[in-house]
Amino acid sequence: MNFEHTEERRMLADSLNRFIAEQYGFEMRDRIAASNEGYSRAMWQRFAELGVIGALLREEDGGFGGGGFDIAVVFEALGRGLVLEPFLGSAVLAAEAISAAGNEEQKARLASIADGSAIAGFAHDEPETHYELARVRTRAERSSGSGWMLNGAKAVVAQGEAADWFVVSARTAGAIDDEAGISLFLVARDAAGVQVAGTPTIDGGRVAELTFKNVELDAGALLGEEGQGYAVLERALGRGVLALCAESLGAMEAAKAATLDYLRTRKQFGVPIGSFQALQHRMADLLLEIEQARSAVINAAAALESDRIVRERALSAAKASIGRIGTLVAEECIQLHGGIGMTWELPLAHYAKRLVMIDHQLGDEDHHLARYIALGRRQAA
Amino acid sequence: MDLNFTPEEEQFRAEVRAFLAEKLPSRLSDKVANGKHLGKADMQEWHAILNKRGWLANHWPEEYGGPGWSAIEKFIFENECALANAPRIVPFGVNMLGPVLIKYGDEAQKRYWLPRILDGSDWWCQGYSEPGAGSDLAAVKTSAVRGVDAQGEHYIVNGQKTWTTLGQHANMIFCLVRTDRDAKKQEGISFLLVDMNSPGVEVRPIVLLDGEHEVNEVFFTDVRVPVDNLVGQENRGWTCAKYLLTYERTNIAGVGFSVAGLERLKRIAAGQTRNGKPLLDDPAFAARLARVEIDLENMKTTNLRVIAAVAGGGVPGAESSMLKIRGTEIRQEINALTRRAMGVYARPFTQDMLDADHDGPRFGPDFAAAASAQYFNNRKLSIFGGSNEIQKNIISKMILGL
Repeated sequence: MNFEHTEERRMLADSLNRFIAEQYGFEMRDRIAASNEGYSRAMWQRFAELGVIGALLREEDGGFGGGGFDIAVVFEALGRGLVLEPFLGSAVLAAEAISAAGNEEQKARLASIADGSAIAGFAHDEPETHYELARVRTRAERSSGSGWMLNGAKAVVAQGEAADWFVVSARTAGAIDDEAGISLFLVARDAAGVQVAGTPTIDGGRVAELTFKNVELDAGALLGEEGQGYAVLERALGRGVLALCAESLGAMEAAKAATLDYLRTRKQFGVPIGSFQALQHRMADLLLEIEQARSAVINAAAALESDRIVRERALSAAKASIGRIGTLVAEECIQLHGGIGMTWELPLAHYAKRLVMIDHQLGDEDHHLARYIALGRRQAA
Repeated sequence: MDLNFTPEEEQFRAEVRAFLAEKLPSRLSDKVANGKHLGKADMQEWHAILNKRGWLANHWPEEYGGPGWSAIEKFIFENECALANAPRIVPFGVNMLGPVLIKYGDEAQKRYWLPRILDGSDWWCQGYSEPGAGSDLAAVKTSAVRGVDAQGEHYIVNGQKTWTTLGQHANMIFCLVRTDRDAKKQEGISFLLVDMNSPGVEVRPIVLLDGEHEVNEVFFTDVRVPVDNLVGQENRGWTCAKYLLTYERTNIAGVGFSVAGLERLKRIAAGQTRNGKPLLDDPAFAARLARVEIDLENMKTTNLRVIAAVAGGGVPGAESSMLKIRGTEIRQEINALTRRAMGVYARPFTQDMLDADHDGPRFGPDFAAAASAQYFNNRKLSIFGGSNEIQKNIISKMILGL
């Protein structure tokens, strides 16, 4: 039993934290968030040069990490800095789908993900879904010859406007919520019939709605076996869940530090407000919740290469924990700050927004609690 | 980062399991599993079995008869015991007084008292709380006045202790007493060992809300205590008191109890029905169960993280306050769900339903009477050992620096 990160991971975390503290301060972050792109291509390149993308990818995929604790270390640091660049969609979700299911030709794309020269998007959620993994209405049908015709819509795709191409889930057989019959496709953003409608989000950065209208794909666009995309989706989204949990943990730590600082310095009735027991106890509660959240992330990272049920239960347990605790930390930190916590000028407010919105990505607390229960029944059966 | 136990630790776990399988009498584990009363003889029997194996005083160093276990090994032992439904080690002599004597006692005290803890010659109870000193422990008023008579130097003790757990079985009590009225609060306190058979000691039961006689009041009227029974220096007893409390907190999260309790809860909920289907599959019940199970999975890792952080024989500091708060909340939630699982049968209750040889009428599922009794009894978890609010004060001061 050992709860220390390896020397390499500690060094990575140190250099990433330092880079973010020096180059990605709150004003810079605010500027990037408000920019037309919603992220910074220049920053993305610098992160790539620092090895941050490589740390998320396995050796055989052109990286030098890719383990559960690599993801945890990197995303905790990204969370502390509220980093907006497309790590999740490109370096975790799309990269994992290609790594798990791609042929040699498709895997060649991993090199451009690793060096940051390309940005990949991951398009799975749909306007009518509510985090369900298997519910896919977007359809791909065999078209003349060996190709495919794609029709449908994908919801709230992170950096949808910036992505050079997407991994898209589409139904090639079966009913709308069958696990079987889902296939994955690689779709270029500028392919004919692909419409991208972007919007800013409340927690910074941009997302896009995608619509596919008679998009013609050639045979090489199919990623993995026809109809067998569900398992790949689950693997990729599982890594994404871990990444979001770790990101949330980093944001929680930052919000906690800011709030503690405020409790020590803000005076009312002639004394620091941190001397009031009502506030001390709320802060003590937050501390132990955050320690539980850290344990949840450790459990999830450690289970990432375990057998399916053990792995997926640990991931859902972590995301359910993080959803609840992240929201609690956000709400409590605003409350403990009082009025100033409501203002845009305070970084804390932006941490709070990000913490709450993480519960709206890849399944919220309710979704993962229900999934944890369902997986447990399967385990018992 | 590696969450696996080492092969040596797994070997140790196997050794503990084998021992429990062979030596733990099913008569005792059945009582624990079914929430039945344990008598003094039951507890003494289990102590003797552990002592024979050298595992009773698992916090003690080897030179005093302890097994010399690491913090991880203690954790494994405590968990395996809980999972096997072993009776709890009565902590007052072994886990509380023992370490204090080893650290602060003189040679004569160690030579005399420690073997008597191990072989069961003495049953110790704890004289800390008073009617006016609960969470504010340093407010103790029980006085000890030093004097000399024909038999030598002694203290005369007057006052009252309360919440004395299993004091009705005890022949000895360790007490915090005030030896200097004029000193500042923590500075006039001494740590004194008192023979409960001395003239002037009276024990009166306090019956708890579940009807259980578990705790007592202990009254001292001009009780004569030889000065040899002073542990550490006079007026420096607070040091001993605090040191003892850190030992009280090492297994404070009670993860093993929660794991065992959760397994039982699932068995019960699988057998109960709502809308004609197992309660286990009821969405509202299943959600609450899953929440506490997840919290417990996180807690296991949090507990191990604290242990790893203090590895090397140290005792946890303020971090144990976190374990105490959340660990007891989890246990209480499992108790609450077990009670709820009983439905209408949570209500029928008499104390004798918890006797192993009870042959009167039974109402509802097997564990029904025990479920409600344990639920109410375990409200104490968030009160004793420093209430959870006191733990938050400690966190706030020691960790948060507020």
